[in-house]
Amino acid sequence: MEFIRLPKVENVKLLDRVSPRRSRVGTLYLTATHTIFVENEAGVRNETWVLHSLVCSLEKQAATSSGYPLLIHCKNFQVLHFAIPREQECQDVHLSLQRLSQPESYEELYCFSYKPNVDDEERQNEWDFMNLKADYSRMGLPNAHWKLSPANRNYKVSDTYPADLFVPESATPPVIVGSSKFRSRGRFPTLSYYSKENHAAICRSSQPLSGFSARCLEDEQMLEAILRSNPCSDFMYVVDTRPKLNAIANRAAGKGYENEDNYSNIKFQFIGIENIHVMRNSQQKMLEVCELRSPSMSDFLEGLESSGWLKHIKAVLDAGIFITKAVAEEGVSVLVHCSDGWDRTAQVCSVACVLLDPYYRTLQGLMVLIEKDWISFGHKFSHRCNHLVGDPKEVSPVIDQFLECVWQLMEQFPCAFEFNERFLITIHSHIYSCQYGNFIDLNLLPSTHSLWSYLWTNRTDYINPLYRPDHSQTQGLLRPSTAPYCFKFWRGLYNRFDQGIHPRQSVEDYLRTIQEETQQLEEQLASHKQSPTASGLILLPQDLNQTSIFSLSNSSDPESGIADLSCRSPLSEDSTRDPDSDEAVYSAA
Amino acid sequence: MEFAELIKTPRVDGVVLHRPFLPTVEGTLCLTGHHLILSSRQDNTEELWLLHSNIDSIEKRFVGSLGSIIVKCKDLRVIQLDIPGMEECLNIASSIEALSTLDSVSLMYPFFYRPMFEVIEDGWNSFLPEDAFKDLESMTDEWRLSEVNKDFSVCPSYPPLVAVPKDIDDETLRKVATFRHGGRFPVLSYYHKKNGMVMMRAGQPLTGTNGRRCKEDEKLINATLRPGKRGYIIDTRTINVAQQAKARGGGIESEANYPQWRRIHKAIERSNVLQESLIKLVEACNDQSHNMDRWLSKLEASNWQTHVKEILTTACLAAQCIDREGASVLVHGTEGTDTTLQVTSLAQIILDPSCRTIRGFQGLVEREWLQAGHPFQQRCAQSAYSNSKPRQEAPVFLLFLDCVWQILRQFPCSFEFSESYLVLLFEHAYASQFGTFLGNSAAERAKLSLPEKTVSLWSWVNRHQEIERLTNPLFEANSLVIWPSVAPQSLLLWEGVFLRWNRSSKCLDEAYEEMVHIIEYNKELQNKVNSLRRQLAQLETEDPLLQTP
Repeated sequence: MEFIRLPKVENVKLLDRVSPRRSRVGTLYLTATHTIFVENEAGVRNETWVLHSLVCSLEKQAATSSGYPLLIHCKNFQVLHFAIPREQECQDVHLSLQRLSQPESYEELYCFSYKPNVDDEERQNEWDFMNLKADYSRMGLPNAHWKLSPANRNYKVSDTYPADLFVPESATPPVIVGSSKFRSRGRFPTLSYYSKENHAAICRSSQPLSGFSARCLEDEQMLEAILRSNPCSDFMYVVDTRPKLNAIANRAAGKGYENEDNYSNIKFQFIGIENIHVMRNSQQKMLEVCELRSPSMSDFLEGLESSGWLKHIKAVLDAGIFITKAVAEEGVSVLVHCSDGWDRTAQVCSVACVLLDPYYRTLQGLMVLIEKDWISFGHKFSHRCNHLVGDPKEVSPVIDQFLECVWQLMEQFPCAFEFNERFLITIHSHIYSCQYGNFIDLNLLPSTHSLWSYLWTNRTDYINPLYRPDHSQTQGLLRPSTAPYCFKFWRGLYNRFDQGIHPRQSVEDYLRTIQEETQQLEEQLASHKQSPTASGLILLPQDLNQTSIFSLSNSSDPESGIADLSCRSPLSEDSTRDPDSDEAVYSAA
Repeated sequence: MEFAELIKTPRVDGVVLHRPFLPTVEGTLCLTGHHLILSSRQDNTEELWLLHSNIDSIEKRFVGSLGSIIVKCKDLRVIQLDIPGMEECLNIASSIEALSTLDSVSLMYPFFYRPMFEVIEDGWNSFLPEDAFKDLESMTDEWRLSEVNKDFSVCPSYPPLVAVPKDIDDETLRKVATFRHGGRFPVLSYYHKKNGMVMMRAGQPLTGTNGRRCKEDEKLINATLRPGKRGYIIDTRTINVAQQAKARGGGIESEANYPQWRRIHKAIERSNVLQESLIKLVEACNDQSHNMDRWLSKLEASNWQTHVKEILTTACLAAQCIDREGASVLVHGTEGTDTTLQVTSLAQIILDPSCRTIRGFQGLVEREWLQAGHPFQQRCAQSAYSNSKPRQEAPVFLLFLDCVWQILRQFPCSFEFSESYLVLLFEHAYASQFGTFLGNSAAERAKLSLPEKTVSLWSWVNRHQEIERLTNPLFEANSLVIWPSVAPQSLLLWEGVFLRWNRSSKCLDEAYEEMVHIIEYNKELQNKVNSLRRQLAQLETEDPLLQTP
């Protein structure tokens, strides 16, 4: 490929962040899609693969005795620290990667070169796997109160909205069009979630173009129609997820928020979630803390506090809880918006859905939810995740925060979710990796593959062993605590590649192994009942009392006797194998 | 003294009890010599039985004639009692105050408690030094059990029997004792079977400002070194603190006099600093403001997690010297009764799988804390809510338990016991019906005749029902060394103790039950399959036609 100035560099050092003793020497290869480091050590084929599309930043540092350092930060929070023998080589690798990691057109994205061994028909089926209409019919739509509107069929009313939208039965096309003209980017109020138990709905939109005094009759009628579609309630909430100051500032630009005097029977509420720039800086600060070489407890806690990250996560969850309470406990419909209605609004609506509806806590449900509230409603993945070279000020970890809210809930409700942490981390990786076409421009999909289908095919990897559909935690809505101490630092994501700091034994993997064995036993017992003499029992090789989950003899960890179960990488191609990873992470005095 | 003198109002009706996450209970409040009891006098309703010795402090509040007493317990629980009648309330409060701060040990509840269960094995005899030494003898003949301290005259905080190098006679030990703080001459703490290396502990050497030396001391610790090998002295104090100790007669082992030893200084805090830290941490956990910045900065300012990290790091260092470097180690701080024991006991958790069993852990607590002379009575006299100025109080043992919990979290399948065992030990160290944690040393326990007059906690724990409750369902024997991570990201707040009364644990408890259920069901099926297989084998031997060709 024309961007690769140097396909191969020998005698490159991959430095270990914690202990220099564990650095490795090997050969660095640049391919069209990956950077590959192959360790030289005889006998082991130790490879580190990094997708170019996951590279977030490159940094050349001052030369040291071990060579010319090149620091690679990845969007999945992997940090690679290479030392390259010659300056020119370092320069070439740096320039090549800089270009390779910043595609300028969609065609360059990895999803168009990713060709697993799947024929065209199967690939088409992959895309049919996700069906949002099925989710709306699951909610009981259309019904007497909500109808499918053809208004946006050709993306004419709002080019960032899906073609199929649900609106109140009484909302006529002129009302829809009129309302859309009064909203940023034409994003008029439309349905996100409907609670068939009590008719309360979560609707979403962008901010109204109200300025200091502008009104729009159709927009007022639209909200009236939403209110009327919930026969049990005589008012509705309008939630502006921005801090009040930000919303007021928008008025000067002819935008703003709803005036309670102009809309009948609304209760207007600000929920101060900060904007994408604050969130980007906050995550950056937190990641700097994660990367400290050997931080003291105070360094870590102070850094975590001053990053403000957990405060922002709490703000998103608090907003989700507000909406959940309105819908489930008060039976009141809610209209949610922020500025454009594709960042904070997406977060808050989807968090509320997870809290409200057990379906969204299943594997399939979470995929549907991301498809619905994020992809179909036009969350700007390519800007926010920096898929293509673009304005760095448009990048923001908005979807990370949603996934983290789900993780925080999983920590509080360990039996309530069908999926595990690995599922969230895998989704996170692939949102950024561009390996699948789901998170890029819709029109280009057919030649790519779908993440949802991949995840569903491999679903056994993502099942939470503690989940039972009939468990009490699985039913109804979740009522999480939002006391500050309930919010934890998500080590599994942000320090994902620092293997030394994770628990050395995984309870989840242990339980999964037990469950697999239980299943085999059940099958044997069933077959025994059918024909006792020809039973499969004879085939069992050893007495079952001797089972050991962490077989000591096959251990990949000779010190702790722990089989290496935890670091199976979701991205099959970027796994890092580190034979020395099991030392304690302190060094001798 | 009669308890009755302290109890002005023994009974009040119509008292309302408020507890976090539990419905309020209205009933009759009774005060006895050792308990505060609240009973609704209805069947099937839970009653409150609170040991006076569990009460850390109380606050009184009055609204009209209704008084409230807020009772803050050493196990960190806070409850409120609404008592009708000003006089009753005042009487109850003053009685609780008096009864919860009794000075005389012999008035403590363990001397009055009679077990309601059958004692199968007397815990007072479960962990005798003689028995522990038998295990050592099976591994090495380089050590002997010395009776030099049999009347506690050489070292008042040591037990009557201690293991010392075989070639060191009692006369030498007496001399060494005069050179070590509190007479705590170096004794064996742990023998690492894998490579024969040892860990010893002692008090600081009393070198003073003029660099006193003691040849016998040098001889004693050198006797534990293999020819040509060096050992490590781990001083739990910073070099500055250790140097300052010289002015008060203490000091460090100089390189000149101990050329075969390399000294490493760490910085584990002690006494008042730890007590302050606990108070601040608990205050942060009880803060109701719902402000994230405030929580994180208070958590940080408490420094509790810093202490956990420092202690674990030092324990890892000691374990590393022994296991990885193949060197023997001597650990001491100042007195050798606090930070020293944290380090030696945690190093054993890391190195020795037998310390990770229920019984092995009891043995460890018995050897390295009780027999080794950790002054439990002084250290655990008050907990996080105390208003009085701390004297000798410090959560040294609680920090040790916290560190064990951290390792347990990182190796959830390598411990035979579950978290509840650690919580149980925390509770009983601060307030208990058992005599185990009374007194400050073996000498005091002997003087109080605790084995004759009180019941041992181990007698209660080592019964089938209790063991079952404390067993970790995930346990799989792991015979190897377990190295914990001490990165800040790896160290968590011990919610089971510090947030225990602040948040509902329902969902976490349910998850635990679910886990147990998965494992139990698997065992049940295994048994079924195994029994069917035995039947099948039986049939095969009886009927040759059934045999597989």
